Amino acid sequence: MGIPGQEHLWDKEVKGHRTYNDIRIFTDEQLKNYTEEELKNFKPKHDTPMLDELEKGPWPSFVSDIKREALHRKKLAQDDMMIPRDVADDLLGQVELSYVEKETHWKHGGIVGVLGYGGGVVGRYSDQQAKFPGVAHFHTYRINQPGGKFYTTDWLRGFCDICEYRGSGITNMHGSTGDMVILGTTSDQLEPIFFDLTHDLGVDIGGSGGNLRTPSDCLGKARCEFACFDTMDMCYDMTMTYQDELHRPAFPYKFKFKFDGCPNGCVASIARSDCAFIGTWKDDIRINQEAVKEYIAGKIPRNGGEMTGRDWGAFNIQEEVIERCPTQCMNWDGNKISINNGECTRCMHCIDVMPEALRVGADQGLSLLFGAKAPILEGARLATLVIPFIYAKSPYDNIKAVVRKAIDWWTEEGKNRERIGELINRVGLGTFLDVLGIPAMPQMVKEPRSNAYMFFKESEVPGGWKRDIKDYRKRHPA
Amino acid sequence: MSKGKLGYFNPKKPMENRITDCGPQRYEQFLPPVIRKNYGKWVSHRILEPGLLMHVSETGDKVYTVRCGGARTMSVEHIREICDIADKHCGGYVRWTTRNNVEFITDSEEKAKALKKDLDARKFPAGSHKFPVGGTGFGITGIVHTQGWIHCHCPATDASGVVKSTADVLFEHFTDMKLPAKLRIALACCLNMCGAVHCSDIAILGYHRKPPIVDDKMIGGACEIPLVIAACPLYAIKPVTTPEGKKSVSVNYDKCMFCGNCYTMCAAMPLADSEGDCINILVGGKISNRITKPKFSKIVVAALPNNPPRWPEVTDTVKKIVDVYASDAKKYERIGDWAERIGWEKFFEKTGLPFTWHVIDDYRLAYDTLRTSTQFKFTEQAWAVSKTVGGI
Repeated sequence: MGIPGQEHLWDKEVKGHRTYNDIRIFTDEQLKNYTEEELKNFKPKHDTPMLDELEKGPWPSFVSDIKREALHRKKLAQDDMMIPRDVADDLLGQVELSYVEKETHWKHGGIVGVLGYGGGVVGRYSDQQAKFPGVAHFHTYRINQPGGKFYTTDWLRGFCDICEYRGSGITNMHGSTGDMVILGTTSDQLEPIFFDLTHDLGVDIGGSGGNLRTPSDCLGKARCEFACFDTMDMCYDMTMTYQDELHRPAFPYKFKFKFDGCPNGCVASIARSDCAFIGTWKDDIRINQEAVKEYIAGKIPRNGGEMTGRDWGAFNIQEEVIERCPTQCMNWDGNKISINNGECTRCMHCIDVMPEALRVGADQGLSLLFGAKAPILEGARLATLVIPFIYAKSPYDNIKAVVRKAIDWWTEEGKNRERIGELINRVGLGTFLDVLGIPAMPQMVKEPRSNAYMFFKESEVPGGWKRDIKDYRKRHPA
Repeated sequence: MSKGKLGYFNPKKPMENRITDCGPQRYEQFLPPVIRKNYGKWVSHRILEPGLLMHVSETGDKVYTVRCGGARTMSVEHIREICDIADKHCGGYVRWTTRNNVEFITDSEEKAKALKKDLDARKFPAGSHKFPVGGTGFGITGIVHTQGWIHCHCPATDASGVVKSTADVLFEHFTDMKLPAKLRIALACCLNMCGAVHCSDIAILGYHRKPPIVDDKMIGGACEIPLVIAACPLYAIKPVTTPEGKKSVSVNYDKCMFCGNCYTMCAAMPLADSEGDCINILVGGKISNRITKPKFSKIVVAALPNNPPRWPEVTDTVKKIVDVYASDAKKYERIGDWAERIGWEKFFEKTGLPFTWHVIDDYRLAYDTLRTSTQFKFTEQAWAVSKTVGGI
């Protein structure tokens, strides 16, 4: 997987690992080419009185930051940059114009990319090219982020150099789907950037278009005691398994994977992925009764200390945990907490409130849900439960088999620009269950249907559907 | 790395030396040593103070994480400063969160506190924080947002500017943990809703209010007309032939609700408009399964003016909702949980937001959102209806 033999190329714990110095473009002098004083007095190319207002206030100002990039570029030599020096200045100029006119100044669409792939780059052209030539071409490059968005500074500095040498030096960290985004470069730099990314950083580009988009994950077992499966390993594995589907659009529309380690949903898979993997468990919540007492005694702050900014009074386990449990399956007898686990829906509340006393079960896997999407076209959807529990152990063959069936069916049956959630809605969840070869279960619904417009298969009905009116008339003359 | 216009790329032999399908960098190599050692071994965590988390492993190890705000749109100069900080305090490791905050991980509380101090002291020349520490617990963390006028062709508003304005107004909640529950804010600049707008506690949404203008001259050459017709959720678009004999489309203004999806499909149907475009506010969505099931956000304000550079009407409205929720909701209640408990009529009464006909659903499954019950609470708006018909 990855570039063979290079899976640990950047690992600082591995001898002979690659460093920033091995691939850097800019020298230290080029990087530190301005003083704080110069930055304070810096006047960008265009006047931007409205944007300047957004330099005030405490929250980090994107305007101040882009100005810093503009100054840095101004002090580099022109042959230290492959796209216009003024790109950051012109971006501010164009956005200022949009602030005045209250309309965007980017032209519609733009189809650009790299050979061999059908996605990963979003083309964009200014409609004010004479005024702002620096952003005449201003394409974004999506780069597949590492799991959990963990980085070493060596690798990240390499990314910065490519981004500044061949692009605008402006990024999104990160796009909503998860990618690192180079915000702004020209068409002639797309292939050179791709070669640098793959050859020097050892990273591929992300997805765009009618394909598998870049999968993303919560940080899972790296730093969370709630994680019920290895989100980072599975996200990486699935990303590598489906590289072809990610890079070469072959689907009716976009398709997203997201991996949440538990039902808290820190990467929002239930709302933002066509196929949501959400960790869960099937045995008992693990209880440390001594720690429960410490919570009651006020020795441990409730909810991991997340509520300490306000005086909520003493911790009241009856009111805050027992009575807030959605299934009322908990009991506190004044000395011990007990949980009727057969009635628990694993909502996480009690564990979230007392993470030092309660732990997720030890027999762990994930639930599989399908079909989340934003409103266009048929309305927003959350993902709906299809597989209640499945073990998630590398190499995840059991899960891949299910996912493959779903994708193959949607690729065959889906209409142009129809998300899988809309297809399931159009043909009914029952049809989808047939596709997956799984029986129906009450857990698939919030409630059974209230209208009686039910389909039956002919094979389910004694005698079938072929009938002769003459037979009927023998019993019921017209 | 390569230098020069083409770098390693040889346009005469474009497929030569091309590496494809190598995927992302494998994650283990980017994990700080203490994280690798305790991977999958964590037993509990605690937030020691705003922005400072501690995780405890079964090995006895502890890690301390300092979280700070990020503007999401950031220059490489900013990332390099993040790298400098990570080199100085964290052995050269850093990560980002799913809400675009930045996290620095250390193995001691002293190091974490020194780091926190360093981060809070760093400011841009004009005065804004570069790395405000916070975003943990029951407060307001980074606002998930989109491209806006910085990079997209179909927005009805800007993203970065509205977010900056809102985050400034709510800044005290980023650095403190005094709300009844987590409060997630998201922004999308059109109703494609890239990101989390449809499932956030408070969502800010750019919205058009004028039908598209059909560019008859351009459409035949630029657009696949059946795709344009199929793009409309309300079947408002029909194929027509213009008097000049050109293929085009017509838009039934009575059926168009300005979603902009036809423009997404066809450059010849622009609809952005400086006077028409506005901002909606949605509330009550959530993603977690905690206590209650995940919920969609609901529209509570149909149109606020698009008023750059500070969008005061938007920030005032958001702040008002946050303030009323903070003083009225019970512990652990998300905004949606609170609004459902008190009833939406009370939500409108307490927040003072006007309820207008726009926010009554009229799309397909609208019926499910109407009140098929006599259970309601009396408010001024109920008396207004009674008065209108001489009821009182």
